[in-house]
Amino acid sequence: MSFLLPCPNCGPRPVDEFTSTGEVTVRPAASPTLRELTDYLYFKRNTAGIQREWWCHRHGCQAWFTAERDTRTNEVLSVEVPAER
Amino acid sequence: MRLPPQPGERLNRERELEFAFHGAKARGFEGDSIASALFGEGQRTFSRSFKYHRPRGLLCCQGTCPNCMVTVDGTPNIRACVTPLAEGMRVEAQNVRGSLDFDLLAVTDKIGGPFTPVGFYYRTMIRPRRLWPLYEKFLRSIAGLGRVDKHRGREQRYDVEHRRAEVLVIGGGSAGREAARRYAGEGRQVSLVEADPARLDAGEGFEVVHGTALGVFEGGLVPVDAGSLLLRFRAGHVVVAAGAVEQPLLFPGNDLVGVLLPEAVRRLVGRWSLKPGDRAVVITADEDALDSVNLLEQAGTEVAEVIDLRETRVRQIVAKGRNGRLASVELDGRKLSCDVLVMSGGRQPSYALLAHASAKVEYDHRRGIFLPVDLPDGLEVVGAAAGDVGDAAVPAATFNGAAKKGKCFVCICEDVTDKDVKRAIAEGFDSIELAKRYTTVTMGPCQGKLCHVPSIRLYARENETDEATIGTTTARPPWQPVELGLLAGRPHEPAQRTSIHHRHKELGATMMWTGTWRRPHSYGDPAGEAKNVHDTLGVIDVSTLGKLLVTGPDAAEFLERLYPNRFGDMKPGRIRYGVLNSDAGRIMDDGTIARLAEDDFYVTTTSTGAGAVVEWFEWWNAIWRLEVEIVDVTGALAAVNVAGPKARELMRRLGDLDVSSDAFTYLDAKHAQVAGVPALILRIGFVGELGYEIHFPSPYGEHVWDTILERGADLGARPFGLEPQRILRLEKMHILVGQDTDSESNVLEASMPWIAKLDKEDFVGKWSLEHVLQRGFREQLVGFEMENGVVPLEGGQIVVDGRPGGRVTSARWSDHLGRAIGMAWVPPGLAEEEAELTIKVDGSVEKARVRLRPFFDPDGEHLRS
Repeated sequence: MSFLLPCPNCGPRPVDEFTSTGEVTVRPAASPTLRELTDYLYFKRNTAGIQREWWCHRHGCQAWFTAERDTRTNEVLSVEVPAER
Repeated sequence: MRLPPQPGERLNRERELEFAFHGAKARGFEGDSIASALFGEGQRTFSRSFKYHRPRGLLCCQGTCPNCMVTVDGTPNIRACVTPLAEGMRVEAQNVRGSLDFDLLAVTDKIGGPFTPVGFYYRTMIRPRRLWPLYEKFLRSIAGLGRVDKHRGREQRYDVEHRRAEVLVIGGGSAGREAARRYAGEGRQVSLVEADPARLDAGEGFEVVHGTALGVFEGGLVPVDAGSLLLRFRAGHVVVAAGAVEQPLLFPGNDLVGVLLPEAVRRLVGRWSLKPGDRAVVITADEDALDSVNLLEQAGTEVAEVIDLRETRVRQIVAKGRNGRLASVELDGRKLSCDVLVMSGGRQPSYALLAHASAKVEYDHRRGIFLPVDLPDGLEVVGAAAGDVGDAAVPAATFNGAAKKGKCFVCICEDVTDKDVKRAIAEGFDSIELAKRYTTVTMGPCQGKLCHVPSIRLYARENETDEATIGTTTARPPWQPVELGLLAGRPHEPAQRTSIHHRHKELGATMMWTGTWRRPHSYGDPAGEAKNVHDTLGVIDVSTLGKLLVTGPDAAEFLERLYPNRFGDMKPGRIRYGVLNSDAGRIMDDGTIARLAEDDFYVTTTSTGAGAVVEWFEWWNAIWRLEVEIVDVTGALAAVNVAGPKARELMRRLGDLDVSSDAFTYLDAKHAQVAGVPALILRIGFVGELGYEIHFPSPYGEHVWDTILERGADLGARPFGLEPQRILRLEKMHILVGQDTDSESNVLEASMPWIAKLDKEDFVGKWSLEHVLQRGFREQLVGFEMENGVVPLEGGQIVVDGRPGGRVTSARWSDHLGRAIGMAWVPPGLAEEEAELTIKVDGSVEKARVRLRPFFDPDGEHLRS
């Protein structure tokens, strides 16, 4: 992987400046069943296509943001900073 | 022998350079390469081959083949033909046993047939099994290229430079220059990369960079080897003008010294004014090689015969040598004596860089070449690399092997012959990718530049199919050989030092790594330092703790959600121990949380966890968007822990703060001046004795440290290091995250159930912990003490019913307790006071007793005093 990722603060930067926690997941509501819990924790969709994921500009501004990335081509379609409250 | 000055030669005959070849003095001119200077001194054999130790001489003269690799000033595998000669170089040949002209191991070439076919070490030498180490040692010693001097220090410094280019052109031949001119004319910012020092003329409106492109990666990333500098180019548009590689012909004796590719003639004569030999034969499958005829004649080499394979059909070519040097060539039995044979099997476009960038490669039947197709966006190919290499002869003509005698080399790097390839086919290696790995064709220094296409042709022929069906193997970077040092870059071993670091050194501390921090292991007497904490007063630098300020109206809510403990009900000025969990309920980090004011919290983390914790906090808050600020003050603040029965007296001497047991109780946090410096004092006790952790601006580190040791001198104050701290905390059964816990541990099984307030509505990890309760415990973290005082190894095995049933995580001898103590993960059934454990120690087994409460001060009387 050597694609450029557009940081919302810093602009396009080499992807090795960033860290990712993977696809954006939905945390289940209170007291999930074991299946719901393990689905959330371990069963990722692992999309071959466009996926929303969390990225952090670790070696830059350190901001967290979400990016829509095509996992087949590493093309980043959009990035978004979670809205202020 | 040097010719009189030739038109266009690249020599400065005014300046002679002296160097050493195997210790003997040799001379060349400025402008020579190492190889041309040696050739001028009469050297023809440059190396011995990989497997058969056959003499090898110049073949390509352009840095492609392995034949002229030498060791220069101790650095192995230097390609002599493309490395400029420099004054005083010490040059040595490689892979030679004995001398270049008489190699002791050349005997493998004579008798080697049945012993050294491809894959022989998998078969011939596999039995008897116990002798393999011996075989392996022998094989390793005879095979291979140069040797790395392991005792040599770092002499070369490598650096990385990041560059940008709107258009990057790889290759400075006519097509590359034309493309660069065109883009520069459009007003684009253009850089052109060229490896050959002879082609570095200034660009017309574009930059010319001397270096070698190693690959084309995603995002237009092109690393360029510029000697000790790696240029990481980011290009909007990449133009590959990498040219083509003249292919060798396959015939017996095609590796003899004196067999040359046309480019070698061009460079020997044209650049360095060297006479290639006395009598030459030229055999070519394409037009391009015919220029060497003129050059040979210009150099005074008699051209005995020129065979153009497009016109003349030759069924069999056999080159014969004397002592490894070419002596004659037989064309269908007609013998021509010669000492130079120029061969060309046509030019194969250099598509590898394009293939790196996911271009496809197709076979052009008409011209007999592989061509890049389906170029991805932002990539362009021009010139010979795009297939502009003219029409070659029918490809079949480029193979004239199959003689009974003499070796016909498909791959000169790895010494693989046509027989080896045929044998691999006979053994069932029908895929080119598998055959490549078995025969190692294309896996040597040339990385397939000279052997890939010939091997595909041979495959196609033997399998009675065509090249398109056989297909190519995957092209991977680097496209040209590169020094590992260049890829590794400058050696970085970042060290973090506290502001008190130099005091520790002055006090004679042995330093150790904890993460990137340098910390005192001890000051020479770990047991004595631990004892001093129990007896009077110990002082330890804990500046390495991660320190975060968490502030804002939602700060308490934020921490409530992150930690399993409760914080909302905490009074300002109080402290709680907290353990961070992942949502899978796994322990991530631990530390203390002090509430400084309603909306202000001061959070400490482990020494190595600060960065991860900040990132973790920020991530969750990116999701929750609570009104809270997280500021990492790890480096801004130093911290010193004073602990021991005399700690209170010391604190009295350091400032005005009322430190009486009623006014400043256990788990209180207070702001005060300490030694005249504004500080935050946390009354906590990781090491088990009455203790105060003083946090203050790090510039005052040495001042505070010195004042403590000075005013505490008569109280017995002594610094203590990490090792005594580990003994002390183990006596208290305080866990070390990462030592006693791993990525699977949770707070419940780690015997800290009081941490998890499962009645809270939610916190990170809550549901997983609930699940742990439901499924029941699988193991539990307990303390133990050894019955006979032996200290088991950390990581040692707990034996349950004769099987591994648990593991020791910490173990130390405690002078204070007079016992060997430790912590271990054991099956839940054994997690009971007094339960007997069996622990493996050095092959035998030892008994231990489980302890669930701290070994020292189980009721916390010392801590709370």
